[in-house]
Amino acid sequence: MAVTQLVGAKIHRREDPRLITGHGHYIDDFTRQGTAYASFVRSPVAHARVKSIDVTDASKAPGVVGVYTARDFKGQLAGTHPAAPAFVAEKKYVPERFPIAEKEVTYQGEIVAVVLAESKGQAADAANMIQVDYDDLPVVMDLEKALAKGAPKAHEAGPDNVCWDFTYTPLDLTEAAFKEADVVVKERVLQNRLAPVPMEPRGVLADYEGFDKKLTMWLSSQNPHFIRLFVSGALGLRESQVRVISPDVGGGFGSKISPYPEDYLVPALSRMTARPVKWIETRTESIQNSTHGRGQFYDCEVAAKKDGTLLAMRVVQYVDVGAYHGTFGAFQPVACLMAGGGYKWKGISARTVGVLTNRVPTDPYRGAGRPEATHLVERMVDLVALELKMDPVDIRRKNFIQPEDFPFTQNFGLVVDSGDYDKSLDKALELAGYAELRKKQADLRKQGRYMGIGLSTWIELCGFGPSAATAPATGGIALVESAQVRVTPTGAVIVYTGTHSHGQGHETTFSQIVADQLGVPLDSVELRHGDTAEGTSFGYGTYGSRSLAVGGVAISKAVGKVIDKGKKLAAHIFEAAEEDVVFEHGNFHVKGSPDKSKAFGEVAFASYGMGLPEGMEQGLEAVAYFDPPNLVWPFGAHVAVVEIDAETGSVKLEKYVAVDDCGNIINPMIVDGQIHGGVVQAIAQALYEEVVYDESSGQLKTGTMIDYLVPSAGEIPPFILDKTITPSPTNDLGVKGIGEAGTIAASVAVINAICDALSPLGIKHVDMPATPDKLWHMMKEARK
Amino acid sequence: MIPAAFEYAKASSVDEAVKLLDKFGEDAKVLAGGHSLIPLMRLRLAQPKALVDINGIKGLDHIEAKGDKLHVGALTRHFAIHSSDVIRDKLPILAEVASEVGDNQVRNMGTIGGVVAHADAAGDYPTIALMLDADIVTNRRTIPAKDFFKDLFTTPLQANEIVTEVVFPVANGPHKYIKFRRRLFDWAIVGAAAQKVDGHWRIGLTNVGPTPVRAKAVEDALGKGAKPEEAAQHASDGLNPAGDLRASPEYKKHLARVLTRRAIEQAQ
Repeated sequence: MAVTQLVGAKIHRREDPRLITGHGHYIDDFTRQGTAYASFVRSPVAHARVKSIDVTDASKAPGVVGVYTARDFKGQLAGTHPAAPAFVAEKKYVPERFPIAEKEVTYQGEIVAVVLAESKGQAADAANMIQVDYDDLPVVMDLEKALAKGAPKAHEAGPDNVCWDFTYTPLDLTEAAFKEADVVVKERVLQNRLAPVPMEPRGVLADYEGFDKKLTMWLSSQNPHFIRLFVSGALGLRESQVRVISPDVGGGFGSKISPYPEDYLVPALSRMTARPVKWIETRTESIQNSTHGRGQFYDCEVAAKKDGTLLAMRVVQYVDVGAYHGTFGAFQPVACLMAGGGYKWKGISARTVGVLTNRVPTDPYRGAGRPEATHLVERMVDLVALELKMDPVDIRRKNFIQPEDFPFTQNFGLVVDSGDYDKSLDKALELAGYAELRKKQADLRKQGRYMGIGLSTWIELCGFGPSAATAPATGGIALVESAQVRVTPTGAVIVYTGTHSHGQGHETTFSQIVADQLGVPLDSVELRHGDTAEGTSFGYGTYGSRSLAVGGVAISKAVGKVIDKGKKLAAHIFEAAEEDVVFEHGNFHVKGSPDKSKAFGEVAFASYGMGLPEGMEQGLEAVAYFDPPNLVWPFGAHVAVVEIDAETGSVKLEKYVAVDDCGNIINPMIVDGQIHGGVVQAIAQALYEEVVYDESSGQLKTGTMIDYLVPSAGEIPPFILDKTITPSPTNDLGVKGIGEAGTIAASVAVINAICDALSPLGIKHVDMPATPDKLWHMMKEARK
Repeated sequence: MIPAAFEYAKASSVDEAVKLLDKFGEDAKVLAGGHSLIPLMRLRLAQPKALVDINGIKGLDHIEAKGDKLHVGALTRHFAIHSSDVIRDKLPILAEVASEVGDNQVRNMGTIGGVVAHADAAGDYPTIALMLDADIVTNRRTIPAKDFFKDLFTTPLQANEIVTEVVFPVANGPHKYIKFRRRLFDWAIVGAAAQKVDGHWRIGLTNVGPTPVRAKAVEDALGKGAKPEEAAQHASDGLNPAGDLRASPEYKKHLARVLTRRAIEQAQ
């Protein structure tokens, strides 16, 4: 597709005036007459038997409509929490999960009771009066201890704590390569557990109308159609009886993909009480109960030749699954499949082990598996370079998949669609002033100062995804995307997409595509999403950097169908052959006679009139689904420069350069915004954020934003951003995803810079978050 | 995040506030800026039966230099302290401290009286007050800072006693306050203050124990002519800080030494 007026232009986001002036519509902006408010009673302990629940006082408290425990939901809710098969073919033990615990609680925050009251305050007051008697059980926190024979179990009924143990490629595959190695480096690399902390916490308003037997739910979700699917199933309703509306969504980062216990309990309560029921998550609940990200460690070995040629890798991933299998939790092993990064390897042996613990479940979190893979491979490559005393730039260049190798089938059979890794690295090094930085580093080292330069030449796979790959991963529904384009008699264009923005700016970018394709002004295109009562019968949501590369392409296809019908009608009006009709710049004309033309709006109007060609129905609208033939493979090169305070261990991020390639760009401003947000989120993981539980009691220690350190603008330097453009051959728009790129790339750039800074002390590896206290201790030990 | 039910009354004078506190009794709390109290109430860690709002009391936000004393009204907001020419002239370290309290919202709402009365170990003003022998003035009496910060969140204030002003000595010699923290808006993991008064150093430390600390051993060493790096080694003498998620006790003691030296060296 040619770059035209709107596509590729830095257009301000259409949604921003509404959102940044406080005129967005989030869940708490919706209320129904007669609403009752829910407050959940959650287990204060990580693992215990529930002996008894005394609701006597709470039931009599002012304004209380009712108090409910697990027993009350029997017969109201069926089935167990869904767990998609995802990237692990075999599961060992997937604990049954009912949305409310009855006999056993398995993580701090698990729901044991719920109060409905006339006001939020009354509900909260009454919830505090409920007395639950717990019989403590041993907690499972440490992954290695959890795997030991005879270890305490996260679930009393489970055989052990192994959720999955799956070998993608066996060890003997890499045996020969390891034998010819000149050097083998080995490291354990940790991935700290993270809380997603969206600006808008979750929330549900449900209104079950008994006369019509219809349920309407407003909830903050990245994929309302999947919620409709799961909730209707659990409540014994047909999908047609359930309408899910996800209005403006204030961030998700993956935590609003999966259904949550409250998403079932709130509508069930509405049906049980014949009243609308509302629940808005508190910040404390959000940090405690939203699915967490990461929470893994990797044991990795890399074999290489002394000239820096990478030979083979062995990797075992250990995932802290949490107390229950997150709906898409088993997507995280995709890290194994991506462990080779942008390099050529003779072989990679990979195994993933999912371990049940008494913590809140983990699930995809921005990047999901690819940040872990990037962090691992980029760390290991640096360790090889250190061992061989090679410049980290040289070892990367030596092993990159080359432009002529694409499409490149990597070690796990995935086909990397396109790339030019040297090009982005060249640009990043130039912007960073790499050679001068190395000189400066040498000078500072002489003064006893610790400056470091870190690289991340990252690649990822996104745009989920081809039906052949994704239908088995979800348990049946392929993650393709749908779109509907409706043109009204006056030529207004309404576009429905099955993706759903939670901050991505789809109202702007998708409209840019449509306006260009139809040759109409941006303002005449209206984008709608987030309401299952509108548009196509199924939408697949927004996650995995898929919205543009799958949803945007579906929209473009639907627009193409509208244009095709317009051509047929125009041919009839022009009394010309259809193949002679041309559509350009918003006008239909016969080839060779551009002066005699019909505007798109005129043809739209005619389509609702009389005298249509024989067999043509009135109207101008189309539905399209796009099943991508492959995933898309963005890449880039990031450079971080740090200086570490020799006395305090504080890390100062001096400079950050990001050169990214996401194929063709629809809106550069939005791409930059995504990079900014993503990089900050990864810097946060590298330096600040970590969900910490007490290892002996399972108590969450980082339950507020005082203790869970989300960084602010004050801690982040200005970024130097640039692009390369390598169009994707996978779709007609030539686009790739960019929503997760920054998060995938940046944590390891920062950590590599820290390791580089501390290398004169003999420190080779630092785990995240690299806190001042941790670094000070390491430096102190190293100086001994 | 919804506080337990409480009564609310707004006072327009100190006398009225005291009467209201008498009426509500032990479980009432004074509401000034509310930036410590309200979060605690939202988490239900504090559940006062009543709040007496003193924000309507006129004349409690004065900043006045009288002779060698600087009087700062209890309701003076951090932002006002930071931007006051009088304070910048008479006690610039206080303006420096105020500019680094919390974030913009906190600085526009939070008050010096609130910080002092709350007596959080991580509060910055208490360190300055203690270090400079300031007086805490209430509706009933004047309490020297050294007798005021008894323990974590513990002061001699009675249930019906309201802080009305903090009186500092004028001190505009070399000074520096260093607040070591992870994020710009955080409390100090450890803070160190240095102020030269009449040719002698005063050294204060924040968040290295349940109360602010005056590092007398450092002051004495400096008085005897020790170099800053030597004297600062005494900053951790007698300290027994509790470890937390941000810092181990050992690291806090180390920071106390490093920051003390830097504060002295950077004082101007």
